[in-house]
Amino acid sequence: MLARVEAASIPQPSADLPRTRRRGDRIGDGLLYGLTAVAAIASVVVVFAIIWRVFDGAWPAIKEYGLSFVWHSEWNAPLSQFGAREFIIGTVVTSFGAMVLAAPLSIAIALFLSELAPPSVRAPIGTLIDMLAAVPSVVIGLWGIYVLAPFNANHVQPAIHAVLGWLPIFGGDPHTESTVFSAIIVLTIMTIPITTSICRELFLGVPSELEEGSIGLGATRWEMVKTVTVPSVRGGVVAAIVLGLGRALGEAIAVTQVIGNFIPLSRTLFAPGDTIASRVANQYQGAISDIQISALIYLALILLVISFVTNLTAQRIVKRFEAQRTGRA
Amino acid sequence: VSEPAISLKASGRGRRRLFANRVAEGAAIGAAGAAILVLAVVIWSVGSRGIGALNVDFFTKGPALFGESGGGIAPAIVGTIMLVLIATLIALPIGVLTALFVSEFAPPSFARQVRLWLDVLNGFPSIVIGIFVFTICVKQALPVLGIGHHQSAIAGSVGLAVIMLPLVARSTMEVLALVPNHLREASLALGVSKWQTVLRVVLPTSIGGILTGTTLAVARAAGETAPLLFTCSIAGQIVDWNPTHSVQSIPLTIFLYSESADPNLHEQAWAAAFILILFVLVTSLTSRLLLERSRKKMGLSR
Repeated sequence: MLARVEAASIPQPSADLPRTRRRGDRIGDGLLYGLTAVAAIASVVVVFAIIWRVFDGAWPAIKEYGLSFVWHSEWNAPLSQFGAREFIIGTVVTSFGAMVLAAPLSIAIALFLSELAPPSVRAPIGTLIDMLAAVPSVVIGLWGIYVLAPFNANHVQPAIHAVLGWLPIFGGDPHTESTVFSAIIVLTIMTIPITTSICRELFLGVPSELEEGSIGLGATRWEMVKTVTVPSVRGGVVAAIVLGLGRALGEAIAVTQVIGNFIPLSRTLFAPGDTIASRVANQYQGAISDIQISALIYLALILLVISFVTNLTAQRIVKRFEAQRTGRA
Repeated sequence: VSEPAISLKASGRGRRRLFANRVAEGAAIGAAGAAILVLAVVIWSVGSRGIGALNVDFFTKGPALFGESGGGIAPAIVGTIMLVLIATLIALPIGVLTALFVSEFAPPSFARQVRLWLDVLNGFPSIVIGIFVFTICVKQALPVLGIGHHQSAIAGSVGLAVIMLPLVARSTMEVLALVPNHLREASLALGVSKWQTVLRVVLPTSIGGILTGTTLAVARAAGETAPLLFTCSIAGQIVDWNPTHSVQSIPLTIFLYSESADPNLHEQAWAAAFILILFVLVTSLTSRLLLERSRKKMGLSR
């Protein structure tokens, strides 16, 4: 039928085609473009607004204490003496402790989900582990105070103390309830789902020719994982762990509930402690002076800088692996 | 039938390798089992302790006086509904528009930047976001909104909205990326303008996914405590629908009750935690399933 249509009946594109676009469309295009662009710019601006406002709020304390705030250990509100050292150490100890426990567990779970589990259970188990991330931190904290901490104080800590008590970090009274150790366990539980889900994606992205090749050469599944799967995404796994670390660094509520909010820190993990985020959360209605509020915001600024750097670095590495993967697909 | 010339059974080194493999597999299964066990223990602890305090009063009454038993968390339930509602009204349009710009209009380099900064925002500690909102909404006056110099539900909602924004935007981007390009091309080829294509073809195709992504963000925001500490924590004991007042909220109620000395309040904290965990898990589970289904459907039509 089409062939019979005479050439003359086909409307010729006129020279002034652009002008035939209805005015409404031009306005609509411009409006939607403008509106979405403003929203996108606003989303990015929020990030910098947060950095600026937190820096601005911390400024009086920065002027007063300078950089020595970072290594000063006193936190005395009535005397207006503030220092962040103990909290920084507490944050580093709890986060790294959580990472030491969470990293191998997360990698093992991710390997189970990507290589080992029968396909029919992969999705349900993966969803269950993601659900662990959905549990609000205040609920984990509540559970931490009344279930986990007593259990640790009565069973786990004494057991570790009995075997490794000669190490200073496992010394002290193992029956203490509010401990750095419990905070580490809580953070481990909260970081596992994050690290696991990124690792799972990475492992699934490893080209199956490589994995099948190693199986074909006679490797066992464990040897395949050890020599092909994990090494080929090593950087990404590190980044996934760092992203989990970022979550652990910034967790305020659950930590403040179980850690006991006490400085100075002691040498043992079986004693109360404090972290940057936990101190900020704990002081929310206790600030007695403007300089104390500013010192708290200074603490938040330190936390912001740490998490900003860790996140940005890890984010970039993960992106590189994603690009590699989609490039191959 | 003759015996095989060589034994097919592993021995020596081969047996050790198989054993190592068995151990590694066992460890992986054990790790996954442990994670699920923790989830089960958390849910069971909260459920078994919380369910006892659940009754009609719990949902309809305010807190009891100190030392008295009974009472409820009606003000906190109303407060959380209001906080999350306002936060969604802020985060949903900005997030969806941002995603539209990134996937429909922006040059790739700019789109990459927006994605990166949204991920960075997602990684910010929520307590820092609370401090940020404190400095812009509580520490100084915002006379236009009738807030400022004191805590308010609006300030709390802004904090929750900042948490939700990257979640909504990123999930919307993912859904938009699944909209088949031939739909856009077909629309444009029919002479439909870009904005009509976006509003009448792209958005309707992806609206289900956008809403489920938003539900996930709502579930996350409903459980956040840290952004509310400095912005919406000191509140009256009655049901209050005025967004310029500070209101109670479920997560903060759990937080405060968990540190109190009153055993009645502990029971209330467990019950509130049960409500919260139920809401969060059910909404995130259903929206996940819906998202999975719409993803599959879109994947097939591609």
